[in-house]
Order: sequence, then structure tokens, then C-alpha cells
Amino acid sequence: MWIFIVKRTGVMALTALCLTFLVFFLTNLQPNLEKLAKTQGTMRMSDEAVDRWLEQRGYKQPLLVRYGEWLGVRPGFLLVKDNGKALGRCVKPGADHIPNYCGVLQGDMGWSTVFKDHVSSIVSKRLGLTGWLMLFVMLVMVPMALIIGVLAGMREGSRTDRSLSTFAIITTATPEYVSGVVFVVVFASSAVGLRWFKGSSASAMDDITIANFTLPVITMAFYGMGYIARMTRASMAEVMTAQYIRTARLKGVSFANIVLKHALRNALIAPFTVIMLQIPWLLTGVVIVETLFNYKGFGWLLVQAASNNDIDLLLACSMVAVFVVLVTQLISDIGYVFLNPRIRIS
Amino acid sequence: MESLSSLQIALGVLAQLLPVWVGLGITLSLSMYYRPRLGLYGHLFDSRVGTIGLILVLFWVLTALFADLIITHDPLAQISGMKNKRPGFPVRGMEGAFYLLGGDNLARDIFSRVIMGSRTVLSIAPAATIFAFMVGITLGLPAGYRSGRLDTILSFLSNLVLAFPVILLFFLLVTPEIRSTGVPIYLAAVLFLFPIILFVVLVQSRFYTQPTKRNIYVSLVLVIGFWAYSGLAFNMDPLGVFYMEPNLLNIFVSVVFVNAPTVFRIVRGLTLDIKTRDYVAAAETRGEGPWYIMLWEILPNARGPLIVDFCLRIGYITILLGTLGFFGLGVSPESPDWGMTINEGRKLLSIYPHLAIPPALALMSLVLGLNLLADGLREQSLKD
Repeated sequence: MWIFIVKRTGVMALTALCLTFLVFFLTNLQPNLEKLAKTQGTMRMSDEAVDRWLEQRGYKQPLLVRYGEWLGVRPGFLLVKDNGKALGRCVKPGADHIPNYCGVLQGDMGWSTVFKDHVSSIVSKRLGLTGWLMLFVMLVMVPMALIIGVLAGMREGSRTDRSLSTFAIITTATPEYVSGVVFVVVFASSAVGLRWFKGSSASAMDDITIANFTLPVITMAFYGMGYIARMTRASMAEVMTAQYIRTARLKGVSFANIVLKHALRNALIAPFTVIMLQIPWLLTGVVIVETLFNYKGFGWLLVQAASNNDIDLLLACSMVAVFVVLVTQLISDIGYVFLNPRIRIS
Repeated sequence: MESLSSLQIALGVLAQLLPVWVGLGITLSLSMYYRPRLGLYGHLFDSRVGTIGLILVLFWVLTALFADLIITHDPLAQISGMKNKRPGFPVRGMEGAFYLLGGDNLARDIFSRVIMGSRTVLSIAPAATIFAFMVGITLGLPAGYRSGRLDTILSFLSNLVLAFPVILLFFLLVTPEIRSTGVPIYLAAVLFLFPIILFVVLVQSRFYTQPTKRNIYVSLVLVIGFWAYSGLAFNMDPLGVFYMEPNLLNIFVSVVFVNAPTVFRIVRGLTLDIKTRDYVAAAETRGEGPWYIMLWEILPNARGPLIVDFCLRIGYITILLGTLGFFGLGVSPESPDWGMTINEGRKLLSIYPHLAIPPALALMSLVLGLNLLADGLREQSLKD
């Protein structure tokens, strides 16, 4: 078991290294750097001015050198101008001491050029907001999906099964930007509709209420729910045909008891894996929903970072995203072993 | 002139879609008539879910085909005074002409835009799916059949792409800046090679005992393949037949790049399973080459799950394209792409709900049709 975890962690580290390098490469392409220079300096910079701007901030160094600086295995670029003003990676406004190394390994995620702040503090603030969203989405999505899946799977082929399965297919065919639009029109539009909830969740950043948080939560839960429900249904249907269920039935155990006491525990092993693997998929949903409902969380931050080519911020965002993917994969593998005693990792 | 009532709008839309109804009627009655001879497709009509899915998909395919006949106005034309007008509003200065589903923020006819949008979606999504499948099959078969180091490397690479959040990859890959560096072209140069490799190997492994036939087919594949390749990837087709807008190429390549690893995983898994079967052992004993076994023994026997995933994947790519449009990264700013129309409409959603609802429902119904079709196919192929 421990060898397995160590091995997996090694692969995870390698994956994270490769992916951050890929993001680094894509964000540091010449046109992106020129765009950065122009948004940071002035839009009307001449080509020489752009060159000088990039040169003085260390962007002209070879890609690998700068990646090393970002990682923290190389000393950060530093240029002290004639007037004593220092420029470079490790120079942060308001700090009197300029450290030699300032990379991820030193715990420094860099400086956001858009928000003019430390990347780590921005990311943690936005992640907190998205955390609330995810928490409520999970609280709504997982129980709903499991109930639908179990109800559909316990009597395969029945009318309940068919209608619930169709409902599950419909939800998987409705991406967030479709259901969000429909929900806003039905529940929040001032022209037609019920006006139960608000179409914007901007106020939920300070204070979460039913009125301002219901729509984003159900929008996200709706799309993710169908897949989990279908997996639960398949797993439940399989368990219900098992020998020991038939034995229980022949003994005269009531149907409710069979489902709740005998079948459910075994039927929930597969959905656990699916739910864990579903979490990274929710990221796309987070980005869409936060844009649609104007909730400034992690997804919104990602859009801002990408559209302004804020290199450090984008790298931090992708680190978080990749970390979530790899950790959920690991948890699902380990959890599967714990839940299913028939599987042993050699 | 009076605006149309809801009933008149519904009737108007149904009447405009007449070519689709005719086409649907002919296709369905022909399929029902020849049903016993059509194999899996014929069996599809045994399942209600599959039939509904097929009808939805056919509806949109026919709509895309007959789009020119169906539209009531030019989808790009802006008619003054029609900005954000409600559904069924009469067009100023045109007798008997209406905006059936209203006008959008730039005074264009929403009905015609949604109809035309189906063309964009239905030309890109299936094509991208086919390419993703060809890449996935070309790499997945040897990875599963040979295993070993090749498998380890390819699996690591595919896991790498899969661990990358799709949305982030799109933000990084689909930008004007990336286009100016030529990254999409390099990516296309690599990805578009796989179909040529696949077809050459397919023909070679089948006809290698008949050298004359083989030489003709292989050279034919190579000529056509590289002709299309030069046009699609590098825009250097000498005859100008094959051509892709740089913007479209960028989106297309990114979508294929994101989806190919998943197909790779599925094909690899199926190959691992099928290569233990007796007929594979029989072919090995006959002395067939590895590529023959992979492409002519294993692949045809993996078709069931692959066809099901093919349908699901077209739906998923439709959703992806919509997501791209939603973030303004669509095919072109003018095009009536569904995702982009939703994005434009959502800003005015609470005042003018009619802007975003039609494209949203259109996209949903197409994806729903594909998902139901996949479900029906799965059900029927499991019966065999």
C-alpha cells in the first residue's frame, strides 16, 4: 500500500511538472509577452520599447531559465537601474528585502500583474468563495444523484427506472450555459417568470442566501447529476442480480430491507469513484456558472488571468486545478481499495 | 401590421421547417421498410429511446442540410427597427414578413440564426469526432496489443492531457496570439498525420499479398491524404479545394487534441480485452502480421462500444463548441454559432429572454438526441 502511494505521488509530481511547464511555455510565447508588455506599459509602445520592457524584467532569458526561476531552483532575475530602482521577479512593491530565490519551492507563487497583489492571497481568497459554491453543489448533487440512481436501479426495466433514466440523460445533455439561461428566464427574469431567485450572485460573495445562491447551485448540480445517477443505476442493477440478494429474497426479507441493508452498501462502491473523478470536471462548470451569475470565485479568476495573460496567476490557477485532478484520482483509487475488500494492490 | 400570436408563431415555424418534415418522413419510412436488412441500425427502432434519439438527430441533420430553404431572412442581415423585438414581430417595410422568434441585439432574425447555426455545429462536431477517433485508434491499438514501454509512454501522455482542465487548455490554446505563433499549425501537422497513417496501414495490411492492388491503393491513399493534409494543415493546397480558416483550424485542432486521449484510453482498454480471444490466437497461429490482427480482427470486434462512444462524443464536442462560443472564442464573431448567440443573449436575459432561449434549446435537443441514440445503440448492441 505505501509503495503504491509513494509511486503514485512520484507520477503525480512528474505530471504536475510537465503540465506547469506546458502552461509556462504557452503563456510565455512571444506574442503573449508582447501583449503583457503593452497592457502593463502603454498600449502605444513601440517595438523597441516593448523589447526594452521585456529585457529589463528578465523576460528575454531562455525559457528553461525562467521556468527554473518560477520553480525556485534558480535565483530570480534582478536588475538595479541607475536611479536605484530594482526590477525583476523577486521585487514586490512594499517589501524592503529582495530575496534571492522566489519560486514555488520557496512558497512564493509570484505577483499578479492584473490585480497588483500576491498571487497566493488572491487565489486563496477566490478559492474560498468557490469552495462554498462547490460545497452546496455537492450537498445537492450527490444525494439527489444517488437517490435517483438507486430508485432506478433497484427495479431494472420498470416504469420508474425508465422515467428516471430518461431524466438522467436529459440532465447530461444540458450543459450549464443552457440550464443556467433557462433557469434565469424561468425563475429570475423580470419580463416573464416567477421572480423567486436573483439572476446574479454577486451579493452571495458577502452573504449567501437562498435567493442569490440557489440558481448557480442547481445549474451546476443539474449537469453533473445525470452521470453519477447513471453510474449508480448500473451498479445498483448489477448488485440486484447477485446471488446473495436472491437468497435474501427467498428467505423472505422485505424489499425495503433488501435494498437498504443488503444492496446499498455494495452498490455505492462504484459511484464513490465516479463522484471523486467528477470533481475535476466541475471546474469547467465553475467557470461557466461564475461567469453567468457574476460570482467572483476561482472560475472568474481563471477567466481574468487567461484573458489578461497574467502569467503567474495563470500558473497558480493551473497548479490548483491540476492538483485537484491528481488528488481526487489518488483518493478515488485508495478509497476504492478500502471500500472493496476484493481488490488488493500488489 | 399586427404581430403574430403564439399559435401563429408555432404554425409559422412548423411551416418553415416543411423540407425537414418531408425529409424525415421519407428517411423514416424507408428505414422502417428495409428494417430487417439494416443490421444494428434496423434494430434501433426496437427501442423507444433509440428511435426518439434518432429522430432528434435526423431532425437537426436535415435542418442543417436544408438550412437555405428554411431560413426566412439572411442570418447576418441587420434590419433597422428590429432590435430586440419580441417573437412574431412584423418586419418593417416588408409585407407579410415576420421575425418568427424575434430579433437579436443587432436586429438580426433569431430564427434564421438558430437554423444556420446548426450548420456550423454539425459540420465541425462530427468531423472533429472522426479525427479524434482516428488518432485514438491509431495509437490505442498498438498500445493495447503490444503493451510494454510504448503503452507506458502513451498512457502517461494521455493521462497528462486528461489531467489538464479542458477549459484552461482552451483559454491557452484558442487565442489570436497563439494563432500568430503557429502552434495550431504544428499541432495540426501532427494530428492530421494520423488519419493518413491509419488508412495506409489499413490498406497495406489487407492487400500485402497482392502487390499490384496494394501499390495502387496505397499510392491513392497517399496522394489524396497528403493533398488534403497540405490544404487543411498548412493551407497550401495547390488546387484550393481543402482549406480551413485559421480560426476554425485552431478550434478544430484543440477539440481533437482534447478528445483523442479519451478515445485512446477506450480503444486501449477494448484491445486489452479482445486480444485474449480465440480468434486473435487463431490469426496469430495463421501467421498474420500484428497490424492485420489489430485493424482487421480486433477493431471490427470493438465496434459496438466505439459506435456508442462516437455518438456520445459528438454530443460532448457540441457542448465543448458551445462552451467556446460562450466565452467568445467561437468560430468567428459574425457566425450564428449557438454558443456565441447564447453568450450575446445572456447579457440581456432578464429583459429579453427570447434572445438566448432558442439557441439554448436547440443545442440541448441535439445533444439529447445524440445521447438517447447512444443509449438505444448500447441497449441493442448488448442484446447480440
